[in-house]
Amino acid sequence: MATLLEVKDLRTHFFTFEGVVKAVDGVSYEVEEGETLGLVGESGCGKSVSALSLMRLIPDPPGKIVSGELLFEGEDILKIDMDDMRRIRGAKMSMVFQEPMTSLNPVLTLERQLSETLQLHRGMSREESRNEAVDLLARVGIPDAERRVKQYPHQFSGGMRQRVMIAMALSCNPRLIIADEPTTALDVTIQAQILELMKSLTNEFGVSLIIITHNLGVVARYADRMNIMYAGKIIERGTAREVYSNPRHPYTVGLLKSVPRLDLPRRAKLDPIEGQPPDLINLPQGCSFRDRCRWAVDKCATDAPVLELVNDGHWSACWRSEDLGASALDFLPDLDEIGAATNGSAAVEESEEEN
Amino acid sequence: MTTMTEAEQLGERGGQHGDILVEVKNLQMYFPVTAGIIFQRAVAQIKAVDDVSFFVRKGETLGLVGESGCGKTTTGRCILQLYKPTGGQVMFDGQEITGMSTRQMRVMRRQMQVIFQDPYSSLNPRMTAGNIIGEPLIVHGLVNSKEEYRERVAELLQNVGLNPYMADRFPHEFSGGQRQRIGVARALSVDPSFIVCDEPVSALDVSIQAQIVNLLEDLQEQFDLTYLFIAHDLSVVRHISNRVAVMYLGHIVEIADRNEIYQNPMHPYTRALLSAVPIPDPVIDAQRERILLSGEVPSPLNPPSGCVFHPRCPIAIDSCTSVTPELREVDSGHWAACIQSPGYGAY
Repeated sequence: MATLLEVKDLRTHFFTFEGVVKAVDGVSYEVEEGETLGLVGESGCGKSVSALSLMRLIPDPPGKIVSGELLFEGEDILKIDMDDMRRIRGAKMSMVFQEPMTSLNPVLTLERQLSETLQLHRGMSREESRNEAVDLLARVGIPDAERRVKQYPHQFSGGMRQRVMIAMALSCNPRLIIADEPTTALDVTIQAQILELMKSLTNEFGVSLIIITHNLGVVARYADRMNIMYAGKIIERGTAREVYSNPRHPYTVGLLKSVPRLDLPRRAKLDPIEGQPPDLINLPQGCSFRDRCRWAVDKCATDAPVLELVNDGHWSACWRSEDLGASALDFLPDLDEIGAATNGSAAVEESEEEN
Repeated sequence: MTTMTEAEQLGERGGQHGDILVEVKNLQMYFPVTAGIIFQRAVAQIKAVDDVSFFVRKGETLGLVGESGCGKTTTGRCILQLYKPTGGQVMFDGQEITGMSTRQMRVMRRQMQVIFQDPYSSLNPRMTAGNIIGEPLIVHGLVNSKEEYRERVAELLQNVGLNPYMADRFPHEFSGGQRQRIGVARALSVDPSFIVCDEPVSALDVSIQAQIVNLLEDLQEQFDLTYLFIAHDLSVVRHISNRVAVMYLGHIVEIADRNEIYQNPMHPYTRALLSAVPIPDPVIDAQRERILLSGEVPSPLNPPSGCVFHPRCPIAIDSCTSVTPELREVDSGHWAACIQSPGYGAY
């Protein structure tokens, strides 16, 4: 697989009265063609800002991409001027935002909003773009698209609006879609619908997808590889399988341990990560997770760890990643027990059919 | 309410289910949809809660799950009489509280408190944390002196894991998790026996959610509290609840013990809901059964005939469009409202 996007040492800072907020502070990663990459972290860890930086949509002032390179199809899109950027944005790279309620224009029909990008980027005539808009809506599973395309956003439910957003993102056959918390505002059954839709459409068209989310379950189900962010940095990276079964950063371990799981027997107590995420203005010296870390040693207070290879394709930024062996996730029982705990024998039979 | 009926009910409760603290019978909450500029007339009704019955035992946690708009928050508010229900009864500790006067209700509210979802908008930004927590003490006349007031506020702050010196800070100086702790302390201040927790952890980050869930569990043990835990996150609900009720479009479709409902769900909606939750482990998640529901939740303005779930139900049969299923005990302590569920009987 070829590399579609390469992010090198990206730093996006916000210059506020209280000080410099280092929202994204030295982030590097790659997106392969056709892959789904998960970007996971809690609020304020910089995951959304890093996505907006890719699109160069950081409000300036107060924000500024201080340094770094964004190699998209081999070209550094931080160096090109805004006119050229506009030609890429929406055409080769598009975005699905979190809030389907607020990211559509309430006073324009969907037809207007969908055909705008088509006319701009694909040079379609009005007639062509109108037909294409209907096709797009039908493709994302909106029934009666012919009639619905003339309606306004308020006439659609949250799930339907998110489908419209996906249609819009797909409209110019982009190479990369960035989905920023695409299902956070939706209910679980609708979330499942939307994610299945995104997965099947991106597979169909060979589009790369970056899913930004705080939901560990969503990444487990849909991402090939994942990056975990904390306080503006990527602290662990690897294939989803590898990271979930063999986490090598205390923060990842903490996250996995703190969520109750439906597939496992109920635990008497949850195991939270104590304390609060650090203030991004006054980041402590050394590792920014050390105040909340159970494994912290003296070295963590002075030297900030960098991402190092711990296993094939698996990176972790922790001085003690070697010590975090299999015992880190000791609450997980054997697979036999899991089989007994999942929802009955019917589930097992069904899943065998699927496989 | 006379002492006679109270005694009767106490007797009845003792005979039937043991210690029931809150009982909801055939609760209905219809909101009118009005039209007109000056003379508002009702043109339709939104049946937010339609014929809901359940009970909560003393000291237990009943989880109430469902998707947005299913009426779970409305149910919680009706119990607290923050809405005046259209029909049905709410009994608290043997007393009927539906139809109580505002003054009587104010006394009752010392017993029943609420923790709200959004820790950002549920705290008055102009009051200090101490005053937010202390206000109920003054309203209900629970303290006699300033000294006592201060001591009680400090004690409450410590109960929820905050420092007493934080009493002078304003809400914006706290993080989301800390604000939710203030909300919990405020609910605890009047020493209630029953707390409606309305999505108390939904707005919080994963690592903080676990902190608040643990806090709620510790407090339950320490102060002998009974919770109605409203949430849409099924894994959190399973963790904290003793029993779980699943709501869909204003109806309770299934109630059972925690383990029973997760291991042996009877209602197709419960099954779909459970299968839609992704498990944070790619290997195990890939092996799970997935039921992808088609369509969306219909409008409560014009609910489907028969079983409200039938348009999305993967196993619906013809009778489902005409028969409205009632909640029946299909197994010991396991109630389901689906005519096809084993043990439902004739319909």
